[in-house]
Amino acid sequence: MAIMNIREAIVATLHAEMERDPDILLLGEDVVGGNGTAGGPEAIGGIWGTSPGLWAKFGPERVIDTPISESAIIGAAAGAALSGKRPVAELMFADFVGVSLDQIWNQMAKFRYMFGGKARCPAVVRLVYGAGMQTAAQHSQSVYAMLTAMPGLKVVLPTTPADAKGLLTEALRGDDPVMFFEHKTLYGVKGEVPDGDHRQRFGEARVVREGGDATIVACGRMVNFSEKAADKLAVDGIGVDLLDLRTTSPLDEDAILESVEQTGRLIVVDESPPRCSLAADIAAMVTERAFTSLKAPPAMVTAPHSPVPFARSLERAWVPSPQKIEDAVRRVLAFPGRSGQ
Amino acid sequence: MPLDSDQLLHAYRQMKTIRLFEERLHDEIKTGEIGGFTHLYAGQEAVAVGICMQLTTEDKIVSTHRGHGHCIAKGCDVIGMMKEIYGRAGGLCKGRAGSMHIADLDVGMLGANGIVGGGAPQAVGAALAARIDGKGRVGVAFSGDGACNQGTTFEAMNLAVVTKAPAIFVFENNHYSEHTGDAYAVGTADDIASRAEAFGMRAWRADGCDFFSTYDAFAELLEHVRGGNGPAAIELDTERYFGHFEGDPQRYRGKGELDRIRAERDCLTAFREKVRMEGSVTHAALDQVDEDVAALIDDAVAQARADAEPDPANVADDVYADYF
Ligand SMILES: Cc1ncc(C[n+]2csc(CCOP(=O)(O)OP(=O)(O)O)c2C)c(N)n1
Ligand SMILES: [Mg+2]
Repeated sequence: MAIMNIREAIVATLHAEMERDPDILLLGEDVVGGNGTAGGPEAIGGIWGTSPGLWAKFGPERVIDTPISESAIIGAAAGAALSGKRPVAELMFADFVGVSLDQIWNQMAKFRYMFGGKARCPAVVRLVYGAGMQTAAQHSQSVYAMLTAMPGLKVVLPTTPADAKGLLTEALRGDDPVMFFEHKTLYGVKGEVPDGDHRQRFGEARVVREGGDATIVACGRMVNFSEKAADKLAVDGIGVDLLDLRTTSPLDEDAILESVEQTGRLIVVDESPPRCSLAADIAAMVTERAFTSLKAPPAMVTAPHSPVPFARSLERAWVPSPQKIEDAVRRVLAFPGRSGQ
Repeated sequence: MPLDSDQLLHAYRQMKTIRLFEERLHDEIKTGEIGGFTHLYAGQEAVAVGICMQLTTEDKIVSTHRGHGHCIAKGCDVIGMMKEIYGRAGGLCKGRAGSMHIADLDVGMLGANGIVGGGAPQAVGAALAARIDGKGRVGVAFSGDGACNQGTTFEAMNLAVVTKAPAIFVFENNHYSEHTGDAYAVGTADDIASRAEAFGMRAWRADGCDFFSTYDAFAELLEHVRGGNGPAAIELDTERYFGHFEGDPQRYRGKGELDRIRAERDCLTAFREKVRMEGSVTHAALDQVDEDVAALIDDAVAQARADAEPDPANVADDVYADYF
């Protein structure tokens, strides 16, 4: 076991996997940095610091700086994947999925199915997402729900360094296109990372804690916020089951249902607007499959139905907070409340 | 027609306002009071001013992530801008935009843009709208050497050519897209304008660190476009004085590069030198502008800092014109 943060876990995994598998290549904007400048290549190693040393070790055929051309980046990854390689394509901000959407949505997601199961498209798209740094409406979005909705894509959101390693390794060894979401505020999160080969199977939620009174389901940064809420609730003797989904496609329905069958209360926390969201998806699934276990309506803690604002006061109001999660748990536990009893 | 002294003073005032605005932000950002990404325009002032001072309020521009200069040159209120960048309620966009998305539709500034390449097609739309209105107005897209590689930029250029839209593509080549050099990322690095020519429009080339070079070339271009000859493009060779964003370590720069471009490629110094030689404006008058602008920027920062943060209760306002 080594202690490292999520950024370091990603860098180490890319190094190890590229070493192991010569078919892996990396492409994106400034993943090397400094090309075509007096300072020379490898000036930066990715603006998030997630690819240093790769260009020096694996060379310009496998570590490719691209012009600002997201359609071409993702499209090239799709084509390379169909041609037997394992491209890792980086979108500096997940929001730029908008620029490249056709290549994800109509192309890589559908090859295998359209081509009668004969095509393999093992492309990993790394998307840096999330609010919390005042990066405003076009650099803060959590677009995982929309990609989760698309058949053919797997969607992964690590929240710990161990999972960053395990899930990225799994993505690089599988044969499907994987949308690998990295929350921009979580890169510095530290933790133990298993040495050697470490794969984390997709579709297996992480049980962050077990408390039995209510079930909180979350992903990404909302897992950390839910832990903070759970700490506060614990002071009052309220224990929650907290599930970190790890992957939203495939979704670990069993883990969610098993917990809700015990607690009878569900709170889903989702860093995105509520409509057609992951929260809505899970609340619907539980309502349909575990209706008789529910002692209260599922609660969704989400952002409002608006873009992400810039100002600090507004961004704080937009992001679901530990306080809002705590309040939601208390509300669900109080149901049906005085008027209903 | 040579510019008269009022026009020259106006141009200088605008360029100086942009310069001091950006230099001040560079300092203020270190205090931690300003969040998010801030991309400074210092070094490129001659481009925004040389172009925008020839436009009317009804001509539209679409800007980039590096938009403060375009905003000021197009006539956005400097105090409203500063408040916006500070994320205050009185900002031009009520604190929702920040540096990266400032807009002021009332002065024909359709927005800074966080998406590189997001703007060029919108300028074509503005141009098509202007043609319907029939008043000879134009739509102008500002793009960098990085944005010239986006498919949207290519599509916009072709659309403008085939529709003969009065659209203008301004390519500000400051030789970097973030940490990557144009020599690497642009296949026609020393000649972005040739791409516009390949799409079938006339293109001009000028020195974007020289106000007069930019102004004169754009004057010709504008006459061409206003004359109903379809779209046109201009490439400006220019320099960015600060990092890509505030906080950029700039390891891609050559040794002494920043000192050299500041010494040799400064539009304000060049402007002063030229008007001194010609005797068109006195240096005393320019010094007075310097003083006035410094006071304006001080005032803008003071007002921004004193302004309230937006009320969180309004977080989901203005998403639609009407909804229910
Ligand atoms: C679609 C998209 N891709 C990438 C980025 C990240 N990004 C912001 S500015 C920039 C470089 C832009 O270079 P250029 O067009 O030359 O403008 P400059 O920064 O030099 O003004 C990049 C890559 C972005 N904002 N949008
Ligand atoms: Mg540039």
